[in-house]
Amino acid sequence: MARPPDTDGGLTAYLDALVGEITAGRQPPATSVAKLGRRDFIKLSGLAGGGLVLGFSLKTPTARATTGKNELVFNAYLQITPAGDIVIMAPNPEIGQGVKTALPMIVAEELDVRWNDVRVMQSPIDADAFGRQFAGGSRSIPDNWQILRRAGASARAMLVAAAAARWGKSAGELETMDSRVIHRTSGQSAGYGELAEAAARQSPPDNVRLKDRKDFRLLGRRIPGVDNRAIVTGQALFGIDQSPNNLSYAVYHKCPSVGGKVVSANLDHIKTLNGIQDAFILEGNGNPGELKPGIAIVADSTWAALKARDALQVQWDTSTAAADDWDALAARAAELSSKPPQQIVTERGDVAQAVRDPSNKARESYYTHHFVAHAPMEPQNAAAWHSDGRIEIWSGTQTPGRAISAVAALLGIDSKNVHLHQLRAGGGFGRRLINDPVCEAAAIAQRIGGSVKLQWTREDDMANDFFRVGGFHAMKGAVNSAGELVAFEDHLITFSENGTDPVSGGALRPAGYPENACANSRLAHSMLPLGIQCGPWRAPGSNTTAWAQQSFLGELAAAAGRDQLEFLIETLQSITSPVPGGVDKNRAIATVKLAASRAGWGRNEGKGRGMGVAFYYSHMGHVAQVADISVDASKRLTVHKVTVAADVGPIVNLSGAEAMIQGAVVDALSTMAGQAIGFKSGVISPLNFDQYPLLRIRHTPEVEVHFIESDNEPTGLGEPGLPPLAPAVGNAIFAASGIRPRTLPLSREGYVLA
Amino acid sequence: MANYSLTINNRRYDVANVEPDTPILWILRDTLGLVGTKYGCGIAECGACTIHLNDSPARACSLPISAVSGMRITTIEGLSDGDVLHPLQQSWIDNDVPQCGYCQAGQIMAAAALLNRNPTPTDEEIDTAMEGNLCRCGTYHRIRQSIRDVANANRKKGGKSWPDHLTPMED
Ligand code: FES
Ligand code: FES
Repeated sequence: MARPPDTDGGLTAYLDALVGEITAGRQPPATSVAKLGRRDFIKLSGLAGGGLVLGFSLKTPTARATTGKNELVFNAYLQITPAGDIVIMAPNPEIGQGVKTALPMIVAEELDVRWNDVRVMQSPIDADAFGRQFAGGSRSIPDNWQILRRAGASARAMLVAAAAARWGKSAGELETMDSRVIHRTSGQSAGYGELAEAAARQSPPDNVRLKDRKDFRLLGRRIPGVDNRAIVTGQALFGIDQSPNNLSYAVYHKCPSVGGKVVSANLDHIKTLNGIQDAFILEGNGNPGELKPGIAIVADSTWAALKARDALQVQWDTSTAAADDWDALAARAAELSSKPPQQIVTERGDVAQAVRDPSNKARESYYTHHFVAHAPMEPQNAAAWHSDGRIEIWSGTQTPGRAISAVAALLGIDSKNVHLHQLRAGGGFGRRLINDPVCEAAAIAQRIGGSVKLQWTREDDMANDFFRVGGFHAMKGAVNSAGELVAFEDHLITFSENGTDPVSGGALRPAGYPENACANSRLAHSMLPLGIQCGPWRAPGSNTTAWAQQSFLGELAAAAGRDQLEFLIETLQSITSPVPGGVDKNRAIATVKLAASRAGWGRNEGKGRGMGVAFYYSHMGHVAQVADISVDASKRLTVHKVTVAADVGPIVNLSGAEAMIQGAVVDALSTMAGQAIGFKSGVISPLNFDQYPLLRIRHTPEVEVHFIESDNEPTGLGEPGLPPLAPAVGNAIFAASGIRPRTLPLSREGYVLA
Repeated sequence: MANYSLTINNRRYDVANVEPDTPILWILRDTLGLVGTKYGCGIAECGACTIHLNDSPARACSLPISAVSGMRITTIEGLSDGDVLHPLQQSWIDNDVPQCGYCQAGQIMAAAALLNRNPTPTDEEIDTAMEGNLCRCGTYHRIRQSIRDVANANRKKGGKSWPDHLTPMED
């Protein structure tokens, strides 16, 4: 199989294109009176139950104009049956971020339905009919916010118009509430179900007025996840749970060092083993994000496939494989850190001059963070059924549209012959943006001409991850005699796969802070060559940049002899020339002040105990965190409490939003405490949870969450809650002990969670 | 290859022609279609595959079928009594615990085993019993709260209290 054209720039270009699709967020209209084209709404007929069925476009007018497919471009629908059932489609993949509940809530709010009347369904994946559907970049809520509100409001207007016609009243006299249209003065009322048929004959309105935030009845409340009952009773919700007919089970064995090819294997022996149906080599398509070379073992059961794999003997050609060695790279990074950077990302003033100036106090520090894995709880898997040139896929992918086009290209079939069933994913964190398990399952299914479930082991999942890249921040900075920040430099020694750009997640992406908060600043890169594959990991880039930069600001505050909180607020206040779409200093300061006041900043908590604060802006979210910790002389660390203040616009589902913050704090602490992926001669370790520790319930700190709600456009919460935790804890360790941790994970500096 | 007769969720299953070393996890999932029990690590480190063996928590990924024959197995599918949820399942819904949800069957089974032997655990006892169950999404706050809520309800009821269908069967 040939290397597909979009991998000409290697894996980095492939992933950058993928992430670019996701982060190219659309700017929704600012006005609350939404103008609708007649074609934004399409009444569907022939659906079970009859009644009002409304399709609504989730594409922007520009996107529609360029596709030229005006008639059929809609992405979700709601259906109101004469019996009063209200079905709302959830268009985006559910990976644990709560969108299967939150997106339908947005429709339901404007529709004025009682939430108990709503049934949520996962919408089909179909690019022609539904536009782009993905879960990534915390984009699900902001991308869909206005459109889903308009959809709900328009259906509501049609129901009102139907009631007005029936009762001979004007629409302006009518109200809606709890799935009913009401005429207060006469006491007349009718349920949406009763009005559905008549409403379906109304024209969709050209303009609808959206609610003011103060009138929200459902949004901002705590609504439990719509799949909760199915989850707690063990229903087959996940990709791994699917069993197409006549299923075979497969494992796919790849080279321990990425990029290695199969020379030969004892396939004849493998085929004689109990329960083995077939064993064969696949060459791969040259794109490690799709199909790597390997050996497929197809069996009667997962266990038979796994056992046969233990008996595999493979001769690998590793001449083109990754041969990276962390220790060697770390040594070269230290050398590069004292040389001029290779790439200047942004620069103002003269950092070197400010650092040399004897009237300033200067600091230099070196921060190291290791590679980490996604390790979603559900190891990668996919089921595929190939017959008659057509393939069906079952997967909890984050990018179903990409999965379909990748499978079509790989198998050499038209994408209309690829049908993907979107399943719930047992965690994503960015890993399931990449569809290699889907491509492997599809290739195996095509080869055997049947149906197969491909199961990766945990070890496969770790060894073949697209890691969060490690890196080294050489920091420089200075404060003047008044204790104000006058210079800040972050020279990131990062990695490159293609020699020109940092790998996915390995670049500094300035958002205006702190580089625009002082007269002299520089953000810059140097790059080391890397063969290990890297990819987007929850809050890419931000998850480590926040730690290095906010920790170093803590060092500068200490150099100035200033309170860290006061110094942080002053630097935010000093932002000049803000970056469009970047940090809003007033929103930022408000989160910092709120977190600090709720945490009781300034309390003297005694020896070995301390607080640290950090702020970070990522994925459109402004988040501040205060960590309250204890640490003893033998570096036994207890995180007592984390107080979080977040401004992500209006809150859709308060329960889901708080869960995202609680989960992000746990994830961030888990990662900072003890997780590191190492590699020697390109071979990854560790490969399972015995040596890759996830945080346990005992070490979970109290987390207090406060949201500053505003009329700013909402952003998602999958990502922005994570970055500030590590620097808040690092700053707290310094406050408590006078020792500044500069390595992630902390275990590399001898810290253990007590 | 061997044949086994298993008692799972108070029902008898005959499993023919399987390798004696097959972990009960894969028998449940592949052979019997009981997919509520999850695979997470395969080495008894994550708890996603937690089931009950004679009412005690066990890791299905690391127990060969030959070792569990004759024992009473309960999986997440058998924890509720028809439509009547186990108090923990209801508490999990009320506290909106699941994020991705993948670990939750194992979490609930571990918690249910705890309440079987100690209906009113302290926070410390909860942390100890739940130590072996990992949640990658970080739902621990709500897991703890859900168990606490049921433990508190049990306390009000005067101590020992568990749903009838969890009472150990007569042999
Ligand atoms: S799968 Fe059994 S403990 Fe992880
Ligand atoms: S809810 Fe996702 S792993 Fe626990």
